[in-house]
Amino acid sequence: MTTDTLLPTATYDLATTTTRELNAALHATEAPASVEVTNPQGAHALACGLNRPIDVRVDGHVGYYAAGMNQHAHVTIDGNAGVGVAENMMSGSVRVTGDASQSAGATAHGGLLVIEGNAAARCGISMKGVDIVVGGDIGHMSAFMGQAGRLVVLGDAGEALGDSLYEARIYVRGRVASLGADCVKKEMRAEHVAELQELLDAAGFDADPAEFTRYGSARQLYHFHVDNASAY
Amino acid sequence: MCGIVGLHLRDTALEPRLGSLLTGMLGQMVDRGPDSAGVAVYGNPVFSPAGESSVSVLDAPSDLAATVGDALGVTVGALDLAPTTVLHAPVPAALLADTVRALAPAATVIGFGDDVTVLKGTGDPRVLAENFGLPSVSGWQGVGHTRMATESAVTAAGSHPFAVGPDQCLVHNGSFSNHLSIKRELEDEGVVFDSENDTEVGARFVAQHLAEGADLEKALRLLGERFDGFYTLLVSTSDSFAVVRDPIACKPAIVAECDAYVAMASEFRALAGLPGIADAHIFEPEPDRVYVWQR
Repeated sequence: MTTDTLLPTATYDLATTTTRELNAALHATEAPASVEVTNPQGAHALACGLNRPIDVRVDGHVGYYAAGMNQHAHVTIDGNAGVGVAENMMSGSVRVTGDASQSAGATAHGGLLVIEGNAAARCGISMKGVDIVVGGDIGHMSAFMGQAGRLVVLGDAGEALGDSLYEARIYVRGRVASLGADCVKKEMRAEHVAELQELLDAAGFDADPAEFTRYGSARQLYHFHVDNASAY
Repeated sequence: MCGIVGLHLRDTALEPRLGSLLTGMLGQMVDRGPDSAGVAVYGNPVFSPAGESSVSVLDAPSDLAATVGDALGVTVGALDLAPTTVLHAPVPAALLADTVRALAPAATVIGFGDDVTVLKGTGDPRVLAENFGLPSVSGWQGVGHTRMATESAVTAAGSHPFAVGPDQCLVHNGSFSNHLSIKRELEDEGVVFDSENDTEVGARFVAQHLAEGADLEKALRLLGERFDGFYTLLVSTSDSFAVVRDPIACKPAIVAECDAYVAMASEFRALAGLPGIADAHIFEPEPDRVYVWQR
């Protein structure tokens, strides 16, 4: 029987350690409980596929797919993140203190993704249960084909928000450039105010839920309508 | 894929380091495009001495400088930066380029102007940068490109940048899907092409509009109206540095701006080694928006 032994803390300097060595150490059964990663210099695929409740703090900007496929771990990126941060996350949390590039939280099934700055295009594309809270603005086609989960935006949203949305819920405080197909403005009932307050608290943002607008699916694309055949 | 790097210096103290900074940026983008590379340098006194114009040539005959000098009645300097040859002479840039084209029809002019020098080749971009002597080059602006060929063959002429107008360069990550129809229209207007590369069509389109009096921002807006496909473009001129992405913005781009420079690359890791990057304003250009920085 293998016993996981969590060591207290460890630091990996990517100026002298490879991405592969770092990820192998984070996956090892004797992985430390808390890990500091220095000099990321925009490297790709850092802290991917983690599967245990460890804390990882990356000191600087990261490249593509950081903290992808995360389960249980809590990853903080103290800087900006490249394409696809927290892609396909299942649980745990990922926090980006700067901005995130496109496709943040794409296809993620669970967990909490917090972006303190702005997120670029396609934030939460095909989200499947993740909660995403963005302190700034999000780009175009965000929550495209979102199936489940919540997307909270304290700033503005770009064009075609929630295009072809299924059941994810979207809360935006600022301006929405345009809504995508089948995405509509919805009433903020008491349960939505409470849900939004929980998400803001979880993300550590101080904002008034009353200032937000809820968006969701009009559910007109669920079924084929012969009258719309020419539009398909 | 393809990797783009560009550096537009504002702080003249950094000018001696332009080539070494650009070399480091280019090296980070090799795995986005390992088959060929090209760079353009603005303001290097060796490539383009003060008061002279220069022209960059591929497949130049060995006696090209002498024959061009005889035809123009001036002394023509030559630098062999294989596979690129750079000629410079105290005559207008267009005259120097036209003379090269007339006397060496089998050669390809890959850049000309009063300020810019273009160097291209095939193979590992890091080896090419060393062969070009890039690490020790000075200047005020530079662009570079590592190419993963998708729309045309791997040749030096098909490498980026495409520098088809005076002191102009265009590099591209992505592909244009309607470039052949636009190419036919330009050819009907008398425009001559050097390669089968889709990016050259974009560069010829921009050069034509600049020649007709449009400013760089307008030329790039017109490109956006006419060209379909995926693109992040970096376009440079004798006084400008511009970035534009298509409306879908699938192709990556990141910009760092500070008092000392504006830098652009496909990925952050190409910017990570720049001095003062920790304090620069770093952002991802918005889709379908033309960004222009002027000297």
